Amino acid sequence: MHKYPKPIQGRDYTGMWFSLSGLLVLGVLLIGVMIGPAGPQWWRVPLEFLNRLPFISIESGVSEADWNIVWLIRSPRVVLAAIVGAVLSVSGASYQGVFRNPLVDPYLLGVASGAGLGATIVFAFRSGESFSWIIDPLPFAAFCGALVSVFVTYVVGTSFGRNRSTVTLVLAGVAVTSLTTAIQTFILQRNNDVIRQVFSWVMGRLSSATWGDVRLILPYVVFSCIVLLLHRRLLDVLRVGDDEATALGVNIRRVRLTVVLAATLGTAAAVAVSGLIGFVGIIVPHTVRLIVGSSYRRVLPLSILLGAVFLVLADIPSRVLADPAETPIGVVTAFFGAPFFLLLLRMRKTQV
Amino acid sequence: MSTLGFCDLSISYDGVCAVKSFNDILHSGEWLCLIGPNGAGKSSVLRAAVGLVEYSGSVAIDQQEIPATSAKWRAQNIAYVPQSPLMPDDMTAYEYVLLGRNPYIKHFASETKYDKAVVEKVLMRLDLTDFKTRIVGTLSGGERQRVVIARALAQEAPVLLLDEPTAALDIGHQQQALELVDALRREQGLTVVSAMHDLTLAGLYADRLVLMHQGICVASGDARTVLRSEILAEFYGVSARVHHESDGTVVVIPQRANSN
Repeated sequence: MHKYPKPIQGRDYTGMWFSLSGLLVLGVLLIGVMIGPAGPQWWRVPLEFLNRLPFISIESGVSEADWNIVWLIRSPRVVLAAIVGAVLSVSGASYQGVFRNPLVDPYLLGVASGAGLGATIVFAFRSGESFSWIIDPLPFAAFCGALVSVFVTYVVGTSFGRNRSTVTLVLAGVAVTSLTTAIQTFILQRNNDVIRQVFSWVMGRLSSATWGDVRLILPYVVFSCIVLLLHRRLLDVLRVGDDEATALGVNIRRVRLTVVLAATLGTAAAVAVSGLIGFVGIIVPHTVRLIVGSSYRRVLPLSILLGAVFLVLADIPSRVLADPAETPIGVVTAFFGAPFFLLLLRMRKTQV
Repeated sequence: MSTLGFCDLSISYDGVCAVKSFNDILHSGEWLCLIGPNGAGKSSVLRAAVGLVEYSGSVAIDQQEIPATSAKWRAQNIAYVPQSPLMPDDMTAYEYVLLGRNPYIKHFASETKYDKAVVEKVLMRLDLTDFKTRIVGTLSGGERQRVVIARALAQEAPVLLLDEPTAALDIGHQQQALELVDALRREQGLTVVSAMHDLTLAGLYADRLVLMHQGICVASGDARTVLRSEILAEFYGVSARVHHESDGTVVVIPQRANSN
């Protein structure tokens, strides 16, 4: 196994990293709402935000129309990017912990594509009828699809004898992804009226984010993050392997089931509004490990913060490179993520 | 401090019987050594006692049967040192030993001051205070073994199980590890069960030896009773001389087939 550098001895810099990351989140959120092709001059935006706070009045020179661009178009997109980045990162880190496999993330386990399939089915069946749903079934369908996928991946990936290798699980994930993608394509062929809608969604759909999307996924995401954070100490105990963790009194099956369910719920909610954004769950946790070491007590919370930062930043090129068409954010993350993944594989080649 | 009893313990893997009706009772502070050829079921007995394999029959601490469902209760009473423990790459020895407190920590809670104090005490006892910030993956074989024993001690369990505690160690570190276990057992009244291959060392440290063969206990008693050349020949298929030192130590010396 490859080694991360020793955590700095003597002084503990964890607290500093947490405050720094917190500030970074606020910073990129602000940068995110300041940048855009239309709208007010960038430096007027923070002034206007201050102006909107109670008891503060600053003449920022932002017109009502410009404010609408900032508040109704840019802000939900930036906030949604932060939420999706946070939950994909923390889910990725949790999957890595619970499967004791540094190569897995929501995308490679087939979770994301399963959620995509679930969502596609909803798109396909919803298009024909004008039935109005009381609750949006999209997150639920995505969750079901994601759950089936991760279950199949896990069963297939761990059923080859006792020497379950880290790569077997990834290969199983790839196979499951291919299968769900094939089914998705089949459904789309049959319902080509929704192809456009689904395709733009698959490529990552932050561009059309609204506050409604944020409201839709926030409860699922908050729940999922809380459950995962509560398991941070147990994920550390799992690092010594199933047998020893059992001997230390951990009910492995229950922990694994809860963590997988929570991570899958968070991923599915993210996928339901943002489409398939790959590699976030692998880039962010591994970068975090380089900074603060591998203890999940530090990795999970810091992944939430830096995941938000990463996706807001990754969304900026996809907004700025909007000529002739916007670059999907999934393309941006894959552009950074795929080489990162290869690097990770190479670092681990002795074991793989 | 506690007795350990095995009653009619049977284990099978995929229908193949690995251990058959194993019965034994260890009194408090006793050191029992399981010996026997590879695949005799020594490790299976230990693994059953910590709940890693399914078994029929029962394992009891102070005549109280361990319920199959309570992993924490089990871990509070039985600590286990596996043959080749998994040492995470990026975990300090302190964090590693702290894992031993898991049986006392509620599901979602974290370590209390008391837990940390126990760990400090254990580290001090095993002269590991200087190792606190060392990464366990970088430790040498002997240091590793001490850190793993420290983790087991942090469990504050009255029963300690050791699976091949000397397998990866040179003769000096073998002696050091076994002396440590012996000292701890005398200080804290630990009841110890170890599975071992080195018969001379087994006879030297254990109060009692149990020889297993094909899942069945075939001989039990002190070193003089069990370590006899005809018994070893029958169950190990080894031709060995057994030498009795004047101080009572039993030494097993393998013989070459065509030596004169």
